[in-house]
Amino acid sequence: MSNETMIAATGENQVLDIEKIRNDFPVLQRMVKGHPLVYLDNAATSQKPAAVIDALVHYYTHLNANVHRGIHTLAEEATAAFEATRDVVRSFINAAQREEIIYTKGTTEGLNLVAYTWGRKHLREGDEVIISGMEHHSNIVPWQVVCEEKNAVLKVIPITDKGELDMEVFHQLLSERTKIVSVVHVSNALGTINPVKAIIDAAHAKGAVVLIDGAQSSMHLDIDVQDLDCDFFALSAHKMLGPTGAGILYGKSSLLEEMPVFLGGGEMIKEVTFEKTTYNELPYKFEAGTPNIADFVAFKPAIEYINKLGKEKIRAHEDALLSYATEKIKETEGVKIIGEAEQKASVLSFVIDGVHPQDIGILLDNKGIAVRTGHHCAEPLMSRFCIPGTIRASFAVYNTLAEIDLFAEALKKAIKILR
Amino acid sequence: MTTKTIQEIEAEIVDEFSLFDSWDDKYEYIIDLGKRLPPLDEVFKKEENKVKGCQSTVWLVADYQDGKIIYKAESDAIIVKGLISMLIRVLSGHTPDEILNADMDFINKIGMTSHLAQTRSNGLRAMVKQMKHYALAFKSLRFNA
Ligand SMILES: Cc1ncc(COP(=O)(O)O)c(C=O)c1O
Repeated sequence: MSNETMIAATGENQVLDIEKIRNDFPVLQRMVKGHPLVYLDNAATSQKPAAVIDALVHYYTHLNANVHRGIHTLAEEATAAFEATRDVVRSFINAAQREEIIYTKGTTEGLNLVAYTWGRKHLREGDEVIISGMEHHSNIVPWQVVCEEKNAVLKVIPITDKGELDMEVFHQLLSERTKIVSVVHVSNALGTINPVKAIIDAAHAKGAVVLIDGAQSSMHLDIDVQDLDCDFFALSAHKMLGPTGAGILYGKSSLLEEMPVFLGGGEMIKEVTFEKTTYNELPYKFEAGTPNIADFVAFKPAIEYINKLGKEKIRAHEDALLSYATEKIKETEGVKIIGEAEQKASVLSFVIDGVHPQDIGILLDNKGIAVRTGHHCAEPLMSRFCIPGTIRASFAVYNTLAEIDLFAEALKKAIKILR
Repeated sequence: MTTKTIQEIEAEIVDEFSLFDSWDDKYEYIIDLGKRLPPLDEVFKKEENKVKGCQSTVWLVADYQDGKIIYKAESDAIIVKGLISMLIRVLSGHTPDEILNADMDFINKIGMTSHLAQTRSNGLRAMVKQMKHYALAFKSLRFNA
């Protein structure tokens, strides 16, 4: 380990007590295949602190009722708990109003919602949609569907060898025909932090709106949607210590107001007759049906947990883990890191000469080490680098340098056996 | 040509695995099998010979000789290759009926299904299914002939 990273890492450890943090995450205490679990698959989903698990149990034990419809005590308490999360999210991403916080089941639904409502309303033949070459399938497929339907054109910002967006080409792609730019904030497969502020400003100058896929960024970066001035921002609770099945779509109220509805049903209506239905106001217009109440209630302690630690400290610790792991992995013979952007967040993706990622994944799992192998739902990106997939280690605040040592050691042994 | 029955070969493998103390040893053995599996001729590595449902790429071909099926297969991942090697050892050289009746319980008995993550043991199941598909195809071919 270089002196610099050691100081950074131990320096941070004095601020954040990682051992104490680890004790807040029950699953980290478990054994896998006879070894203590080393969980390095945080980009897929993060683990949950006891506060989140307790909130779920508490909700079903004491509050369970349907929201927004009963006048009885439970219904009121459940509604209050459910709505309290909206305020916490609003301040977490610094949205101007709570009505701009739409509950979804995750990033995927948020992205689909914008494509199918905003996209269907605004895209015309010959219009252009810009995405990037490092998008998750969930930010590719909905746009392909809508573009095909509307005879609009999907343009893709290419990726450089380092794994960064080719901004020069982006500026060339951008034109008066561009109606929306939908790009990922932090790449789940490469870790690249994209210059979204510059993208948003340039797109706005051409009159296009911008949707940011914040699935990976919301846990690691400070998110201020007003400062970014993005038009939409989508995130998933489960990637930020919260429950699965809960997510947020932020949208500027001026845009959300005039967008057609997504799903029809209960909750999203004001008045229904067979002749005509009028819709509920924001955010309920986009929240048809009984929502995932318990998981939204339990999302609040997740955000509070992040706030308590402080994103800056989380980020510093993760950066130390990333640079330590990067150094370690680079020492390993035959390793090629995929994604060497200047700005990266806690994802280390790599391939090994002559070794299939799946073999590494199986042998690491045999040592209790969880990594992701495969294409990471970004097949076009893998094609760009001419590889079928990578081995990805992704870090969170509860990971330690000692775990990275275990990972690097196990990796070396695995390669030796496989060669 | 083999004279042992499928059950006998399965029992042999279960015996061999019982000698290993740890999964480290089991994996080393499987990897070694993978390394020793003869490569499949490049001409067979085409789309229609790919086994669906595997995370890694698996190609599988079968030949029908004197009433018996001879399997050849390869993968780009070594552990999978080792698993394929065991499947071939068990099934190759038997009649379609014998293959269709094989319960392949040795996979459970050596602990493979419980040890491999669901996605990967699905891949193993997909390979067995594809091998049985070939058996079914050759069987109906024989009936129609
Ligand atoms: C960058 C990115 N976008 C979108 C998604 C989809 O998120 P979810 O599956 O939670 O809807 C993911 C999750 O892997 C992601 O990493």
